[in-house]
Amino acid sequence: MKILVPIKRVVDANVKVRPNDSQTHVDTANLKMAVNPFCEIAIEEAVRIAERGVATEVIVVCIGDTKGQEQLRSALAIGADRAILVEAPTDLEPLAVAKALKALIDKEQPGLVILGKQSIDGDNNQTGQMLAALCGMPQGTFASELVISDGKATVTREIDGGLETLKLGLPAIITTDLRLNEPRYASLPNIMKAKKKPLEILALADLGVDATPRVNTLKVELPAERSAGIKVASVAELVDKLKNQAKVIA
Amino acid sequence: MSVLVIAEFDSQGLKPATLNTITAAQQLGSVEVLVAGHQCQAIAQALSSCPAVAKVWLADDVQFAHSLAERLALLIVERAAGFSHILAPATSFGKNLLPRVAALLDVQQISDVIAIINADTFKRPIYAGSLIATVQSRDAIKVLTIRTTAFDVTASQGGSAAIETIGSTSANAQSEFISASLAVSARPELTAAKIIVSGGRALGSAENFDLIYKLADTLGAAVGASRAAVDAGYAPNDFQVGQTGKIVAPELYIAVGISGAIQHMAGMKDAKVIVAINKDPDAPIFQVADYGLVADLFEAVPALTQALAH
Ligand SMILES: Cc1cc2nc3c(=O)[nH]c(=O)nc-3n(C[C@H](O)[C@H](O)[C@H](O)COP(=O)(O)OP(=O)(O)OC[C@H]3O[C@@H](n4cnc5c(N)ncnc54)[C@H](O)[C@@H]3O)c2cc1C
Ligand SMILES: Nc1ncnc2c1ncn2[C@@H]1O[C@H](COP(=O)(O)O)[C@@H](O)[C@H]1O
Repeated sequence: MKILVPIKRVVDANVKVRPNDSQTHVDTANLKMAVNPFCEIAIEEAVRIAERGVATEVIVVCIGDTKGQEQLRSALAIGADRAILVEAPTDLEPLAVAKALKALIDKEQPGLVILGKQSIDGDNNQTGQMLAALCGMPQGTFASELVISDGKATVTREIDGGLETLKLGLPAIITTDLRLNEPRYASLPNIMKAKKKPLEILALADLGVDATPRVNTLKVELPAERSAGIKVASVAELVDKLKNQAKVIA
Repeated sequence: MSVLVIAEFDSQGLKPATLNTITAAQQLGSVEVLVAGHQCQAIAQALSSCPAVAKVWLADDVQFAHSLAERLALLIVERAAGFSHILAPATSFGKNLLPRVAALLDVQQISDVIAIINADTFKRPIYAGSLIATVQSRDAIKVLTIRTTAFDVTASQGGSAAIETIGSTSANAQSEFISASLAVSARPELTAAKIIVSGGRALGSAENFDLIYKLADTLGAAVGASRAAVDAGYAPNDFQVGQTGKIVAPELYIAVGISGAIQHMAGMKDAKVIVAINKDPDAPIFQVADYGLVADLFEAVPALTQALAH
């Protein structure tokens, strides 16, 4: 069984972003980029499944800027076997990403696809669910535990009320939540080895995807800032303020 | 044209998030609600008494039990024709389901809408709420998830919308519900609570989290947590507040031993009043706190609980 892991190149979670001067888009020039944290968890999970002998090959794919090769190399260093870069506009919408991924699935025929639940730039939380719809596959989103056996995936999902467990027929689409695993750091020898692993470069047009944007971004702005309040000196003063100034407790 | 709202509920009843979503939908047109589940007649009844609801569609079938996205998506797509917009709350239910619907309709969904400018233009936070984007959809049907904290709940009494029962041809055996372990708590639900007390990594253990529960119970509050506290096993996953957890906007949010990472603040900075208790005077949480107390939580929290107890 092959596992396909789509990963996104995003601005590092610790970097503060700003709009450009004309407030038409996010200014990402010269910012530190990284693998989307949820995708790191997806890579780790796929590699663990392969290490247990349940999968034979882990293929990572990144769609976007050609610099996504950096993120693909780091996925290869964690243990993925092969990488595909699909060159495309960086701000491709989730529906177009899902269509491109479907074309790759048709070609590669993976038994399992593991995505992140959410990209931390667009905060869309859509691509995995859309891909499942387009492929007519079952979906296990926001996974905190994944067990593959007897041609089925048993997925524990983090939902608002607690946890839920589903059993999915394979092939299936999984999206990762934070508690699925703790991604390893790549070792130096593995980083060196990753440089020699195969990395194929495709163009979006090769996959026959119509990526015409459906949504126009009219404006990008900073939110209204919340101003800092006061420091209180004691618990007694805090209680007094909450009761008599803010009036939020009786 | 009408707007279709997908109702969220469970065996306990209707989720308030559905009522926030109806308020958003009302800004777009006449509101119809789809109730799809098993033995959910009472939910349809409850929604038909919302004055803002013009019609309730009821699909009551064992195959819709547990809200499996594969089945609900097919049902919704069968009914989509004639609606200008399809809305669901941006909860784990809506986030799981609606993108599947959007893809089947060949629509680019807009997630986490916080403001409706007009029928095709919306505001939504991106980058953990660091930025707000105004976006315009060109799709024929607009598919939106609604950030519930940005819209009030709609009135739930006084209406009498017609309920129409519908069947469905959809069937799907690819996914099967096995079990759920749902938190049972006497405390208010996090996303609907007026007061929330949240604990962070500084609590140090699940046992010490008791300090948070005691303070919360004194206030009749819900309990939240930072990701660090959840990852460390001090609190269950459904407590997590933030970019990738729950979004809350209570009257009062008390952050205890939480540093104030942007990913945490993304989930709580719309609270009316924020209190921070942290021993580090430079902790970023103080930049958004209305009342900051620089103190050791192990002294301050018991003292606060005691002071509030009488
Ligand atoms: C992709 C991604 C998604 C994320 N999503 C979320 C999310 O949804 N929600 C979330 O919360 N985080 C999220 N995070 C994590 C976030 O970046 C922070 O790591 C996390 O919020 C830190 O939790 P904390 O404030 O409890 O811990 P810390 O940052 O370690 O802060 C602990 C605080 O406690 C204080 N302290 C220590 N001892 C005491 C004491 N005795 N008394 C008083 N104060 C004390 C310290 O001064 C410190 O400020 C996410 C991160 C990533 C990368
Ligand atoms: N451009 C992309 N290339 C590869 N994978 C992507 C891309 N965009 C999104 N994904 C995948 O879809 C997940 C969810 O992204 P989103 O729907 O944008 O929140 C990510 O964690 C990735 O696994």
